[in-house]
Amino acid sequence: MRPQDVFQTLKDTLVEQFDLEPAKITPEARLAEDLDLDSIDAVDMIIKLQEMTGRKVSPEDFKSVRTVGDVQQVIEKLLSTPAP
Amino acid sequence: MSRRVVVTGFGGLTALGHDWQSISASLRSNRSGVVRMQEWDKLDDLGSKLAAPVAPYTLPPHYDRKVRRSMAPVAVMSTRASELALEDAGLIGDPILKSGMTGIAYGACAGGAEATMAFGRMGEHKSLRGLTSNTYVQMMSHTGAVNIGLFFGITGRVIPSTSACTSGSQGIGFAYETIKHGQQTVMIAGGAEELSMGPTAVFDTLFAASRRNDAPTTAPRPFDKKRDGLVIGEGAATVILEDLEHAKARGARIYAEVMGFGTNSDGAHITQPQMETMARVMELALEDAGLPASTIGYVNAHGTATDRGDVAESIATQKVFGDSIPISSLKGHFGHTLGACGSLEAWLSIEMMREDWFAPTLNLDEVDPACAKLDYITGEGRKLQTEHIISNNFAFGGINTALIFKRWN
Repeated sequence: MRPQDVFQTLKDTLVEQFDLEPAKITPEARLAEDLDLDSIDAVDMIIKLQEMTGRKVSPEDFKSVRTVGDVQQVIEKLLSTPAP
Repeated sequence: MSRRVVVTGFGGLTALGHDWQSISASLRSNRSGVVRMQEWDKLDDLGSKLAAPVAPYTLPPHYDRKVRRSMAPVAVMSTRASELALEDAGLIGDPILKSGMTGIAYGACAGGAEATMAFGRMGEHKSLRGLTSNTYVQMMSHTGAVNIGLFFGITGRVIPSTSACTSGSQGIGFAYETIKHGQQTVMIAGGAEELSMGPTAVFDTLFAASRRNDAPTTAPRPFDKKRDGLVIGEGAATVILEDLEHAKARGARIYAEVMGFGTNSDGAHITQPQMETMARVMELALEDAGLPASTIGYVNAHGTATDRGDVAESIATQKVFGDSIPISSLKGHFGHTLGACGSLEAWLSIEMMREDWFAPTLNLDEVDPACAKLDYITGEGRKLQTEHIISNNFAFGGINTALIFKRWN
């Protein structure tokens, strides 16, 4: 995944995985309040991110994640680390 | 404290329609739900390619992602059948559902096949890939029961009646006992089964699945001389049971009264049915109902069209009810819907009693001389008025059930 594609890829994934309206996926959108995602959804999102990035995601990486933009940052951080 | 228990709602998804009107029309025209499963051709060593899949159904929009994420098909069908049944009972939105006074007794052979395979792949590929937060809850054996609970906000007791072919009948039986003894006022009871190749393979391995692949609707053939095994079916059926006084107080339509339930086990062989305990379970239900055998006017048989099962069941039935008792099995129409058959057959037997007409055993052309003499209903069915019926089911491991229902006048 190229860095400039991260947001679009994340958006497509969220739309497909959680049946969300594409228009609702903005960097500012809050996962819980705006997109109605809960703790179980977060687990599935992490599983998906691991597939997307080929990197292991630790729950700590996700602790402070609140918005779609936060998720994007986590992905970018993961991609900056060497692939296993 | 002993309360009277009545049936106030029915709902189901079946191979022959999703309401009594459509199912009744199919039964009266001797329509079969059995088809040849072309996609099973990829399994060369599977001899039986027949099944009776549920007819197509659409879910209302409120079955959104969050509702469905924890549901395998078996749980979707369990929940939708229960919603239809609660609608039928006039209980959707009733505060009783969330009061702690409503419970669930529901089962199936197992959870979702896809989810089970995901765990299988884990063992095979030594990787968690493909597992999600919901894979386990879709696979677990009580997935139907708890998804129903979640969907309606049920806070009463949940009794997973996961006992293969007696899941639905034990669901009704345990629900009846729960209300009878005052622990709950309303119970959502029944069973479901999603179609997968697994169960057919199970019976295929035991040489007990029909291989009439070129003539699907001529199988299965319960009690028939030329029967060659069962056909697996798919569906879900929910029966709403209610404390009689509660039902009366809210002016509910009452379909029937649950008079008796018997369940026991063979304690003998894992797959071979035992006619002594099969007969005994029918007596247990009669004793529970306080009725002599002579009051029963119709027997809805388990009748799966296996070689040994039909013989043992017919002998057991004759021992209890004599050789002139009218009897039929619905497996010829629906195949063997496993976890669903107990509640599906209880529902349809009550509806048939209300219409004074009982369906024949489809494909029963010549009774096997090895089966005991009984008044087997064949052909166009039978006009018959009776006050009491019994519905019997039997499961692997030697679990037996019998349910007695009384016409509501």
